[in-house]
Amino acid sequence: MSQLFQIDFSSAKRKRIVGIDLGTTNSLVAFMDLTGPKVIPGPDGERLVPSIVSLTPTGEFVVGHAARKLLIDQPERTVYSVKRLMGRGLEDVKEELTLFPFRIAPDSGNVIKLQLGERQLTPPEISAQVLLQLKRNAEAFLGEEVTQAVITVPAYFNDAQRQATKDAGRIAGLEVLRLVNEPTAASLAYGLDKRQNGVVAVYDFGGGTFDISILRLQDGIFEVLATNGDTHLGGDDIDNLLLRIALEDIAAEWGQDLSGHGEAVQRLRRAVITAKEELSYLPFTHIQFEWEGRSYRRELTRELFEKLIAGIVERTLEPCRQCIADSGVSVEQIDEVVLVGGSTRIPLVRRAVENLFKAKPHTELNPDEVVALGAAVQAGILAGEVENKLLLDVTPLSLGIETMGGVVSKLIHRNSTIPTSATELFTTAVDGQRNVLIHVVQGERELAKDCRSLARFELKDIEPMPAGAARIEVKFLIDANGILNVSARDQRTGKEQSVEVKPSYGLTEDQVEAMIVESIEKAEQDFKERQVREARLEADTILAATEKARASDAWLDLSEQERQQITEATNQLLLVYHSEDHHLIRQKIDELNQATLKLAETMLNSAVRAALKGTKLE
Amino acid sequence: MEQPPCWQCNKKYTGLFCAHCNALQCPVDDYYSVFGMERKLSLDVQALQAKFYELSRLLHPDRFTRRSPLERQYSLEASSLLNKGYRVLRNPVQRAEYVLKKEGFDIGEQGTKDVPPELLEEVFELNMALEELKMGDQQARGAVEEARQRFAAMRDEIDRELEQLFQQWDEKHERATLQQIRGLLNRRRYIHNLVTEVENVATLSN
Ligand SMILES: [Zn+2]
Repeated sequence: MSQLFQIDFSSAKRKRIVGIDLGTTNSLVAFMDLTGPKVIPGPDGERLVPSIVSLTPTGEFVVGHAARKLLIDQPERTVYSVKRLMGRGLEDVKEELTLFPFRIAPDSGNVIKLQLGERQLTPPEISAQVLLQLKRNAEAFLGEEVTQAVITVPAYFNDAQRQATKDAGRIAGLEVLRLVNEPTAASLAYGLDKRQNGVVAVYDFGGGTFDISILRLQDGIFEVLATNGDTHLGGDDIDNLLLRIALEDIAAEWGQDLSGHGEAVQRLRRAVITAKEELSYLPFTHIQFEWEGRSYRRELTRELFEKLIAGIVERTLEPCRQCIADSGVSVEQIDEVVLVGGSTRIPLVRRAVENLFKAKPHTELNPDEVVALGAAVQAGILAGEVENKLLLDVTPLSLGIETMGGVVSKLIHRNSTIPTSATELFTTAVDGQRNVLIHVVQGERELAKDCRSLARFELKDIEPMPAGAARIEVKFLIDANGILNVSARDQRTGKEQSVEVKPSYGLTEDQVEAMIVESIEKAEQDFKERQVREARLEADTILAATEKARASDAWLDLSEQERQQITEATNQLLLVYHSEDHHLIRQKIDELNQATLKLAETMLNSAVRAALKGTKLE
Repeated sequence: MEQPPCWQCNKKYTGLFCAHCNALQCPVDDYYSVFGMERKLSLDVQALQAKFYELSRLLHPDRFTRRSPLERQYSLEASSLLNKGYRVLRNPVQRAEYVLKKEGFDIGEQGTKDVPPELLEEVFELNMALEELKMGDQQARGAVEEARQRFAAMRDEIDRELEQLFQQWDEKHERATLQQIRGLLNRRRYIHNLVTEVENVATLSN
């Protein structure tokens, strides 16, 4: 034993990047250790953090398992599946609102606001609370501050949904170094590249979204050939289907409509989810529900269940066919299929995938964890720790601008490898015109109104000149996160042209900025308190160990000077023990650690050594 | 073309990275240049893919997370150029169109709607048959299929001619060859659109 403690206090070294799967139903955080990607458990030992957020009457946020209980006790202060609302407007979610108990604030503009108790919060702010919880779990586990992350998103997420996810990261105090598509992340986790070069399909059916991606693997390069999906199709839809049936059943049996009753609906939802999950391994089960002294019990066979959900499963197959067509490979050329997402546990889903791809799908990795593990691998790539792998992803939707008559002029085609860019020349239509407005849309349809409005970009302060004389070159660049960046340049002067962005369904820079300040201040406070607490715990341990060592024979072998140094260092540590400065406490721990080096080395008494061994910190 | 000196160490270099300090340079806006290849119309797609993967490893933004903002920007531009270049150069038609544009030819979409005179009669007959098929007359299917095969064969013939012209230009670099290529590309575009349309109608009326 060379040291009493092996803590690297000078660890202002390279920051660790974590990988986060921000899911509709559950979220996870993972990191790369020397042997590979690992999921980080929470303090409660749980690896999945339910994506449920509750605001207590005292204004604190509760996240995860604790919030699940509040979903039933305080449904008006609790929200789940908020991922479904990320980057979306009020118009988009009308259908959702009939099935989810979201309480939309009346003044929701182009960004939805949810009413949680007395506060109104946007989906990125709520997701930020989930991220903050994961960040804390990672910090507690790793014993260091975590500020950089890779976050996964559904491959079929549009620009606004991606931006909203990035905003959530920033609000939570995380620098989002990369957004990585969930199916691609999964393929990284599987390490399929080690087995062979070939073509792989990833079928990702999660809680709220469906993605399909087809990749070519060659010597560590993961090249996505095509991707497709549906950002509104997931296990939630199956739950809603069962829920509706159960509600109708109950209405008929009891003569009571429970659908408006938040708490009852939440309990019933849990009951149908349990039944759904059981049917993945049982031939039949019961939906059981009790409410105000009455009980409801209905048998559900797997056969009937499969009949009920056949339509939902079928809806995943069309995107698969389109993806195969776009990828330029035939079904026969696809060597392997990987299943991701909790909904792929359903036997019918597995059979459907097997039939379509004519291949037995991979299910070795836990479908709930594989995306987070992949995010950690991508974090390792960014940190330079994983050198042989590289992901080449694509943009899922075509990007275009609205031209005369509302027709879309496509600039970047779907399934283009990212980063990618397109340049367009713009001019003025009227003499002396100072501004030009560019409407950017995403989608495959010919008319702008049928596509997804992404943003309006305004070229400002154009030098006044005759109509048609201005030459402004606008560059549309989709970065490796799948997010659009627009820049403009006056072609004649070469000078940068100012562009103002008005996102159609997103927060402005200023809004995000304001949200960050609020939560970071609190988070920093929390972090500091925790650091102090942890430093004191470490101090306790080393003080106890030193105390014990004083009684050993080794103590007598030290020189007077050495003993004095240890006593001095001990006193110094005791002096700062109650300060609020964790750096200072750690510094003194380090000094005592240094002073006891010789003592540790000379301790040969095995009993004492064992006692000290027990105090070694990781 | 003379490259400016390295932005970081101010020394002379060639290629994407400075030979002295290894800093990534501002890429030149040319697909052939980012692939480090001569401007040739015939190329080996397998080799192109290998080169694409090799350069992706060097240029992708993932490799620049902890580098300076300027290098991150260059990496974004260089890999965007590489990705677009790979998409264009691996397809012979798009590759030829790109070279024509770089060589100063106007390759607008004009003329794609006008029927080439020598095809007038055949196209007229095909359109008749297509109309009948759309109306539900399944007997027209035979005539449509026959026409589709004939036009597809024409397209294949054009592709063979193009291949020869590609080699010819690579050897001699004569503008007249490019002129010929442009004419063939227009004709090919027309026929290709026709074949696609026939295929669409045929599947829809199935
Ligand atoms: Zn240099």
